[in-house]
Amino acid sequence: MAKAVPISTINTHNVNLGSIDAIPVGQGRCYIVGSGEVAVFRQRDGRLFAAENRCPHRQGPLAEGLLGDGKIICPLHSHQFRLEDGGGNEADECLQVYGVQEIDGNILLEGTDHSGKFREGQS
Amino acid sequence: MNSGKRKLVVVGNGMAGARVVEEILRRAPDAFEIVMFGAEPYGNYNRILLSNVLNGLQSPTEIFMNPLAWYKTNGIRLHAGVRATHIDTKRRVITGTRLRKDAAAYSADAAVEPDTTPIEESYDQVIIATGSRPFVPPMEGFNGPGTFLFRTIDDCSRIADCARECRRATVIGGGLLGLEAARGLITHGVDVTVLEAAPQLMMAQLDPEAGDMLRKAIEAMGIKVMCDTITSKIVRTDGRITHLEFKDGSTMETDMVVVSSGIRPITEIASVSGIAVNKAIVCDDQMRTSDPSIFTVGECAEHRGQLYGLVDPIWQQAEVLADVITGVRPDSSYQGSRLGTKLKVMGVELASMGATRPIDGDEVVLYREPAHGIYKKLIVRNNQIAGAILLGDVESSGTLMQMFLMGTEVPERRADLLFGSPKGVSLLKVADLPDNAQICNCNGVSKRQIADAIQTSGCNSVLKVGACTRAGMGCGSCKTLVAQLLESYLGEVGYDPNEHYYVPGVPLEKSQLVAEIRNRGIKSVSEAFRQLAGGKEDPSSKIGLSSLLKTLWPDEYEDERDARFINDRVHANIQKNGTFSVVPRIYGGVTSASELMRIAEVAVKYQVPMVKLTGGQRIDLLGIKKEDLPNVWKDLGMPSGHAYTKAFRTCKSCVGTDFCRYGVGDSIELAQKIERRFQGIESPHKMKLATAGCPRNCSEAYVKDLGAVAIEGGKWEIYLGGAAGGSVRKGDLLCTVDTHDDVLLYMGRFMQYYREHGKYLERSYGFVERVGIERLRAILVKDSLGICARLDADIQKAVDAYRDPWQEAELPAYSSQFSGPELTHTLEVAENNG
Repeated sequence: MAKAVPISTINTHNVNLGSIDAIPVGQGRCYIVGSGEVAVFRQRDGRLFAAENRCPHRQGPLAEGLLGDGKIICPLHSHQFRLEDGGGNEADECLQVYGVQEIDGNILLEGTDHSGKFREGQS
Repeated sequence: MNSGKRKLVVVGNGMAGARVVEEILRRAPDAFEIVMFGAEPYGNYNRILLSNVLNGLQSPTEIFMNPLAWYKTNGIRLHAGVRATHIDTKRRVITGTRLRKDAAAYSADAAVEPDTTPIEESYDQVIIATGSRPFVPPMEGFNGPGTFLFRTIDDCSRIADCARECRRATVIGGGLLGLEAARGLITHGVDVTVLEAAPQLMMAQLDPEAGDMLRKAIEAMGIKVMCDTITSKIVRTDGRITHLEFKDGSTMETDMVVVSSGIRPITEIASVSGIAVNKAIVCDDQMRTSDPSIFTVGECAEHRGQLYGLVDPIWQQAEVLADVITGVRPDSSYQGSRLGTKLKVMGVELASMGATRPIDGDEVVLYREPAHGIYKKLIVRNNQIAGAILLGDVESSGTLMQMFLMGTEVPERRADLLFGSPKGVSLLKVADLPDNAQICNCNGVSKRQIADAIQTSGCNSVLKVGACTRAGMGCGSCKTLVAQLLESYLGEVGYDPNEHYYVPGVPLEKSQLVAEIRNRGIKSVSEAFRQLAGGKEDPSSKIGLSSLLKTLWPDEYEDERDARFINDRVHANIQKNGTFSVVPRIYGGVTSASELMRIAEVAVKYQVPMVKLTGGQRIDLLGIKKEDLPNVWKDLGMPSGHAYTKAFRTCKSCVGTDFCRYGVGDSIELAQKIERRFQGIESPHKMKLATAGCPRNCSEAYVKDLGAVAIEGGKWEIYLGGAAGGSVRKGDLLCTVDTHDDVLLYMGRFMQYYREHGKYLERSYGFVERVGIERLRAILVKDSLGICARLDADIQKAVDAYRDPWQEAELPAYSSQFSGPELTHTLEVAENNG
């Protein structure tokens, strides 16, 4: 698999996750960022989304889920989340989402706080 | 008052008091200013779980039902730790006094905090829900150090503290709570003895024989049980308990004593305030006491001479009281409850309802299996269940309980009551079930919740009820019950076009969708969304569409992997922890030494956490990492068993004519032929098959999606639509044929018809029932539609298009197909910079 182009950060709190081509079209991919897992999703219409990788329900790996129309469906029990704002179809479930964009063919994950740390994945 | 609200004072903050307030808030959230008195310094908790607190299974915070914050949120003023002592019914004022922190809240002479002024609350209406206090049989020496009651959270911590210092503990009382206390105590490492005054344990719920079996089960756990034993004195030396003296003069050494000998209602506040009290506080069918402004509910209430100590009747009382006091249904009326309970005593499953001993003219149905601790007894009176005891095996208790509560007529075959009906016919109509009956066992949805969704939220279809309550969203086997409920409440099941769409995101029924796909030549899922759904890529529709497209265009289908479920992307079944299970194909369940050795080597090399024999006569390697899948397959050198997808799964067999004395047909060879021909054929849902070498059905062919059974004369019967999972159904006989090749022909023909006409995720048993076996026989055997040749040709195409998906180990379909999480090195840079 083609490894990412030179690693660099665009500003201090953002993280370059490497080439967009590492994510198959219409699917997600899990990245270990710090000690946490972040899922980045590449929709067929070109839109990118990022969120914590573990479903708040039973910690299913969301990067392996079904993607489309700005939504992700967890592969374990089909709980659904909007990737724009993390809202779930279960009233009490909400997903942490992150800013992400494509710049020059690279995936740029936006930091969420000053330390550049991302929420840790639950095991 | 000045807000125009009525002021309601609830005396008692236990399960009944808090429940009635919840019911009132649900009906009329703004009608009352609510004040509660609770003698315990906590919010409300689930007393039923106290033994879990005692044995450390749960922490006290886990059993709280309404924490203090709940009172605040709902605008309820709670006087916690305050006992209401008097009601001035003329001035309409309730007086309460603050108890000392360490006082036993239920005790009649609980110590009062000194020098505090009494608390006064005026009222418009009052609910007395004071509950009950433990009963202490007369004996000398109780109430000193080392003696305890078992009623509150504080009791639990006092008992646990003392048990740490003790070697021997005695529980006085062999009823439900006493046994629960004993169960809690053994976890603290003390020797526990249970003393019961009656000749048997759980006198109220069991007959002597069941009581004796329970006693044996409990003694097997290391607890000593003494029945017919009455304690007369607790003897101490230097302030420490040394032994007990019994009425017959004998003695027994012990270090501590827990008394759990039943309960008595707390009625003082009523009697001192001039409200009628008999055994408990007397109320009418509206739960009203002798004072029309004062109501009562729960263990302190006496209704038609009856006292209730179980949760269900008290919940019913709370509902009636809330109906009446809010004026939502002023004529609501409590008619009394029949008593039944299902419980677990120290790991022994037990259900008991109604009478435990027969009277003249009763019919007693009895089954006992002492070696396994199973005992079932049924008392039938006037053709209804008057009582039942189930010990050890309580599977039928749900049905029995509902028949008992409803007074349903029992079936002619009494055995059906204890062991279920052999035809699998439900003994009950769902409309007759009580409101709290659980309909959806996967998501725990009650009949009442479904009724609310139908009547209040306007759900008029199975799908809408599911979206609203999650009923039917698990295994789906309760959907027919949900439909029956819709019928009984609305008179019909509403037409929900969504329900008939093949997938939710494309507004077409299956036949219309198939026509559009064929006419427009749509060969990929994204193309289907573009042309038929305005470009909106509904993720929940992807899998259904990809399955259908593959069926319609076996070799031309444009396979977009993102439209597949994860299992079908990596050809393995995802497990709860994100690892995968691998099941190689073992044709007809026949393997070899070399295959077994390869499987063993793989299990060792990849440190497979579990190797499990499956129900389909195969071997499952569980807990494999996604990254390891390709190498595992290569090392196995066996094809995929497709134990992860909606497709032909497996065909198991008995040993047939090879070795079996009874076999009349070669079931192994047939199973292997079937499996080689149809492996991996995709369908609306999974297909599990079996062949049986004789009608003894050792391989369960009668209850498979498709089954072939050899009969005398070298013939084979072909069965369709059997099931033995969440639903149980014997397959319907399609036809009887002469040869293996004929079996393959008709099975393939059915599969293709099912592939074309089954709804997505419709199992064969639902499909066969929907279409009907007569019609299937006409189409598939008599060729009434003239499509058999076409069906045969199309299934042949699908067979020819088959490729073992595990070949992708050598050549992945896309670069990251089997990649695990990607480690980023970039964060270090980011952190350094940040």
